[in-house]
Amino acid sequence: MEKILAQAKQVAEEAEVFMVSAEETPVQFEANCLKHIQSKQSNYAALRIIRKGRIGYAITTELGDRQNLVDAAIETAEFGTIAKFEFPSLTVYPRIKVFDPDIESVSLEEMIKLGEELINTVKGHTQDILCEAEVTKGTISTRIINSRGGKVSYRQSIFALGIGGQLIHDTNMLFVGESQSSCHPTIKAENIARVVLQQLELAKNRASMPSKPLPVIFTPNGVVSALVPPLMAAFNGKMVLQGASPIGNRLGELVFDENLSLCDDSTIAYCPESRPSDDEGTPSQRTPLIQQGAIASFIYDLQTAALTHTRSTGNGSRNNGGLPTPTPSAFIITPGNTSFDEMVNDIKEGLVIEQLMGAEQGNILGGDFSGNVLLGYKIESGKIVGRVKNTMVSGNVYQALKQITAIGSDAKWVGGSVNTPSIYCPSLSVASK
Amino acid sequence: MANTQTIAHQLAEILSKYHADYIEAHIEESQTSHITYRGRELESIGKTTSVGGNVRALVSSGWGFTSFNSFSDLPRRVELAVEQARLAGSKENKLALVAPVVDTILTTTNNNPVTMPLAEKKQLLDQYNDIIWKTPKIQTSIIAYGDSFKKTIFLSSLGSYIEQDRSDIALRLAAVATEDSEVQQVGLSLGSRGDFDKVTSLHHQVEQMAQHAVELLSAPQVKGGEYTVVLDPVLAGVFVHEAFGHLSESDFVYENEQLRDIMTLGRKFGSSELNIVDDATIPGLRGSYKYDDEGVPAAKTYLVKEGKLVGRLHSRETAARMNEMPTGNARAINYRYPPIVRMTNTYIEPRAASFEDLIGDIKEGIYAKNWYGGTTSMEMFTFSAGEAYMIRDGKLAEPVRPVTLTGNVFTTLANIDAIADDLDMNQGGGCGKGGQVPLPVSNGSPHIRIRHCLVGGR
Repeated sequence: MEKILAQAKQVAEEAEVFMVSAEETPVQFEANCLKHIQSKQSNYAALRIIRKGRIGYAITTELGDRQNLVDAAIETAEFGTIAKFEFPSLTVYPRIKVFDPDIESVSLEEMIKLGEELINTVKGHTQDILCEAEVTKGTISTRIINSRGGKVSYRQSIFALGIGGQLIHDTNMLFVGESQSSCHPTIKAENIARVVLQQLELAKNRASMPSKPLPVIFTPNGVVSALVPPLMAAFNGKMVLQGASPIGNRLGELVFDENLSLCDDSTIAYCPESRPSDDEGTPSQRTPLIQQGAIASFIYDLQTAALTHTRSTGNGSRNNGGLPTPTPSAFIITPGNTSFDEMVNDIKEGLVIEQLMGAEQGNILGGDFSGNVLLGYKIESGKIVGRVKNTMVSGNVYQALKQITAIGSDAKWVGGSVNTPSIYCPSLSVASK
Repeated sequence: MANTQTIAHQLAEILSKYHADYIEAHIEESQTSHITYRGRELESIGKTTSVGGNVRALVSSGWGFTSFNSFSDLPRRVELAVEQARLAGSKENKLALVAPVVDTILTTTNNNPVTMPLAEKKQLLDQYNDIIWKTPKIQTSIIAYGDSFKKTIFLSSLGSYIEQDRSDIALRLAAVATEDSEVQQVGLSLGSRGDFDKVTSLHHQVEQMAQHAVELLSAPQVKGGEYTVVLDPVLAGVFVHEAFGHLSESDFVYENEQLRDIMTLGRKFGSSELNIVDDATIPGLRGSYKYDDEGVPAAKTYLVKEGKLVGRLHSRETAARMNEMPTGNARAINYRYPPIVRMTNTYIEPRAASFEDLIGDIKEGIYAKNWYGGTTSMEMFTFSAGEAYMIRDGKLAEPVRPVTLTGNVFTTLANIDAIADDLDMNQGGGCGKGGQVPLPVSNGSPHIRIRHCLVGGR
């Protein structure tokens, strides 16, 4: 790694080497039975140089082949973007706990047992259900060094448990599921099973929906499937820089309901999105994005921040090994003080959305979402009466979150990257047949 | 650079020393380059080289799989895959018999887009970007170009040894228009089997794309509800992929008794006009190949013929478990993943109607074109159009905001009541399944008309 840097420094003004090596072991169950056990080893090095003021970039898995890597970086630097930033010269970083040494001692047999326990609990409730499940453990080592003396390295552990179940009666299908991830290898099967069993209970009866504007409660899973993707695009500093974010020029303005607060946080201990530094050596931080309804900040990497005359928020991530680009870490929506049951009790006729399929396919930049209610329930006179099907819900995040009837006290992690309560919107367009 | 043939020969030797019901290995060497623009400026340009491999072993019904790009301890990788398979296996193994194949299919022409000078690629993209930016009210543009050249060696304990190469180009352009706090975007997706010429003359299409994004700023949103919808070949291709293609993938079906009952061959899904095909043997399409990633020869498979279910897509395991013939549809996106059942080039066969016939007797309907995306839960699916127009009294009328359509596979296919004669294969798609995305596929269809289609809206 040091040799790559030294070789690159001979031909470029500045250089940075980013190296990842990862080991991952997924254990997969299919149709209620253990089916695949895998182990995946990978490593790669990415070289970013600044040559004649321009950025060059190349990646290889052939760590010994330094000349080719440097040559490819030089070739791309000829056309690269003009670098507006300097690599950080830091060598001391915040201590953020993301490695649990217990991960090493988790055996395949224990992982298999965990998956079986989860499936058996769900099957114990609904005999006919067919489940897929996955138990994964992994470790990732990341190192970054640059020509300004900056240096950071850390190791991360990842553990994840997830299940998806399907219940088929004739051509009528029901899909339920839940997953969690953490740096601790201690996720309990019963915590995941509880969510799935609740979904199965609520979906037991069928209910039909009218086509008209109705009040809608998004559960935490529902918030993530419908409302979070447009927000992630809108708060991306790059979108803001290009004027493509509808809220880009509204910093400080009240855009959302004043009870809504959102932050991006990569400092939470043992959260899979946490780390001491982002993928270009900027220390991790907690960044408020919405404070009581007002736009508080956007997320930046080094280059985008420099172009905007601001500081990086430590959100420079290399997705699939590409150049760093502003990417959310963990999104945290502040919980309110209304319980889920209180929200349901408040509605005469309405809808609970647990999963909106295809919502992220529309004009996300404009804030639009529109999707099929893959899992959702009808509310009649303050009670959930059954599952709805053949129903589409459409809306726009900026209208839907401008006036929120209530924010839930039921915040939870969805996957490992968003923590949100339920959100109760007074009226959204519902089309059903 | 590691020599992949040497590694393959070492692996072949090691495989013969281990006992499993079946073992296979893949060695892969790939190069890629990409150029992206966000706005006027180039955002990212880069090149990658990668070498890696995997070993997959079957013991009873259990699979073990190891992937790696360090080649220092190959015997241990094989041993680990076999141990894992032994731990996972419980039931009797079943794998469709195929003859061992020794073959080398390497592109004869110089067809590696990665080695083309970056300057040439950038020059073309600059032209497209200029066209987008010349359009008034355009706020920004997004252009993502990527190409790859990949050489794989497949070997198995049956004695197969297959060398294949594959080039691929994917290009996605989008224009974003804004006015006040309205933001609208229109995109264009293309691809080719490594042939750069296929993406060089899009100037007119790019101009139309940008103009349409601006038009949408003042376009109304449709009212949500049921409509008669006419789909263009691009969107109808996405529709057939989402609405039926995924349900034809036998790994969803083979261990699922209820789904097997529903997907009985002979079941009627559509009118007698409806034929749906998956065909990896068509030369030059992005989903084409000679052998799949289990060394099985590619095939043309009818999924629906005259409205009835007549076939499905298989890996060796799903074919054996369902007592059907393998179809050569096991594909992996790269060496880090085991092959799973995937589509290749999927399309609706053309019929006799014209576009005018399709819209002629529609009083109020929607003409939906182009795509943003699509997804399926098998029973229910959604797919979203990139452009949409009202149809009024048999004629195309005003543009409306892009729409999301949804349906139920068991009723929507039967609601296709007219199929045109203008089949077109779209090369811009990338399919995702089991975390393996984007896999090069193509989708196609003529214009089709669907009655009673549920459309989301205000």
